Amino acid sequence: MPELDGPAGQAGQGGQRGHGWQPGAGTRIWVVPQLRDGRVTRVSWEALAAAGRLAAALAGSAPSVRTVPINAVLLGSGLDAAARELAQRDLAAVLVADHPALAAYTPGAWIGVLAPAIGAERPDYVLFPHTYQTVDFVPRLAQRTGAGLLPEVTGFALAPAPTAPTAPAAGAGGEPAEDGLVWTRPVLGGKLQARVRVRGAGTVLVSVQSGSFPADALPEATADAPAADTKLRPLPVDPQQARPDREVLGYEEAAAQQVDLTKAGIIVAVGRGVGGADKLGPIEELARALGAEIGASRPVIDSGWLPRERQIGSSGQTVSPRLYIAAGISGAIQHLVGMKGSAVIVAINKDPSAPIFTVARYGLVGDLHELVPALTAAVKAAQG
Amino acid sequence: MKIAVCIKQVPNSEARLRLSSDGKWLDEEDLPFIVNESDEYALEEGLRLAERTGGEVVAFSLGPERVREALRKALALGAARAVHLADPAFAGGDALATGRALAAALAREAFDLVLTGSQSDDAGFGATGSIIAGHLGWPHVWLVMGVELEPAAGPPASAKVTREMESGVNEVSRVALPAVLAIQAGINHPRYASLKGIMQAKKKEIAVLSPADLGLDPAELGAAGSRLEVLSVAFPAAGEGAQILEGDPKTAAAALVQKLRQEARVL
Repeated sequence: MPELDGPAGQAGQGGQRGHGWQPGAGTRIWVVPQLRDGRVTRVSWEALAAAGRLAAALAGSAPSVRTVPINAVLLGSGLDAAARELAQRDLAAVLVADHPALAAYTPGAWIGVLAPAIGAERPDYVLFPHTYQTVDFVPRLAQRTGAGLLPEVTGFALAPAPTAPTAPAAGAGGEPAEDGLVWTRPVLGGKLQARVRVRGAGTVLVSVQSGSFPADALPEATADAPAADTKLRPLPVDPQQARPDREVLGYEEAAAQQVDLTKAGIIVAVGRGVGGADKLGPIEELARALGAEIGASRPVIDSGWLPRERQIGSSGQTVSPRLYIAAGISGAIQHLVGMKGSAVIVAINKDPSAPIFTVARYGLVGDLHELVPALTAAVKAAQG
Repeated sequence: MKIAVCIKQVPNSEARLRLSSDGKWLDEEDLPFIVNESDEYALEEGLRLAERTGGEVVAFSLGPERVREALRKALALGAARAVHLADPAFAGGDALATGRALAAALAREAFDLVLTGSQSDDAGFGATGSIIAGHLGWPHVWLVMGVELEPAAGPPASAKVTREMESGVNEVSRVALPAVLAIQAGINHPRYASLKGIMQAKKKEIAVLSPADLGLDPAELGAAGSRLEVLSVAFPAAGEGAQILEGDPKTAAAALVQKLRQEARVL
């Protein structure tokens, strides 16, 4: 692939922040939301919310779209509704690449639009929702543009300025980046949280893990903001550059499932912690009391305690019930990606440091063989 | 068909984990290392495709001396030979620096297909395969759940690839070869090494490459060539994010049901 775009940010506005750090000065943020059925997805709203928080942090006491402008960048075909929806929000501009060549996602087409735009405008941060599509193309976009790559962030903090007299700084572990941002992301499948920084100047591509920022946090545009239609800017699409690098033949349901957990309103899922196929009785009773389907993490399936059609996670089904109860599941990332979209997650685990608690809204810490029957009894009592 | 499979050695996260004294990573003393899970599936897929087409698999890995153990395992499973990117200059790189080094090593030979795992179980970027593809100028697909070579007979020209998407839907697409495919765990059932395979592996070649062999400047490799820097790692705070309901099982369960009904309104 030709290096048409050059390394982003070796010069230009991105390089303004040379020594020390000057939060806000010249920082520009882009967000690339994803659409489903023409609508901005929930996890994309979360990425937009993260951008709002980032802009506020970098702008210091005067958070405003004019201090640290946020642009949304939309790619696809037939984007009017989504573009207008975004223009109502507190964004500086909505860049719209609306072209028949972008009717179906391919890395080649997406990179062919975004790489020249990033090369020309050199935003400091480009935020993406951390989805499978993002992981499919954003690393290659970083390689192509020479940008930094920071996947799957769950949060950030602005470290105190280095000149602060009693700077406790970013904790034990080193100097913060020039703009003072210290990011958190999971490593080892969520068993550890890493604090990372990005060195040097230039564009950084960041993907934002689902559930890390509240989706409704990006405010509506204020009265003194530019009118919604003046925010819409077409982003040029050169079909010679935006070329599909794969021929999409179609989409199919993942392996015909006899049990469709994706339609379940409530799921009770078990992990290795249940201890054996002979110990599933109380789990089944809880599921019956709740009218729930039973699901499982991969070790349970691999051990043959439940059939593969009940597997939830990256190599099983992806579910988003209104209530997900995870019993004896530690919460490896491969499991979390299959259930983190659940509206309410309850974790039951003996290890209070298990990563499952980081995505759960409620937790019970203790022996699941005592807690599950107690929960069944409480559910039945509440049902009268 | 000549197939390269890139494998990474990662800490066995089931082991007891202790932080290193500088707080930036794990204490690697006595820490068991294993081949990254999805890389084992990538290796198996490579071996199957090579067997079907009368080709061979070459295993690549970047890392310190201990990585030879992972490469030896790949050789025991059926890889014809192995390439070890072994130099302190490679160490501590982010996916962009590691992908740059691996791509340079892969470009020394004419492969029809490069396979990687979908993501490492330690850093978890999921990025190395597509970064390699970018350097080589080849198409790539991430999170591959199925590979069919086309045409079925004769030398393959393309691959029909099934990619896992969210919400239980797969994308089926065709990519021209050569290509890079990042393989999802679960695509196949990896074989076990036979005693014969283990014996044969001892005689197979593990070539060692340095930055100079690849014509790369150490400044663009490893930690020096990475914009991302880990400041510290920590175990997540207990119950971070979750409201822990306290008390004996009966009390805690009753409190939970109350919350689910009144606060979350899901029951």
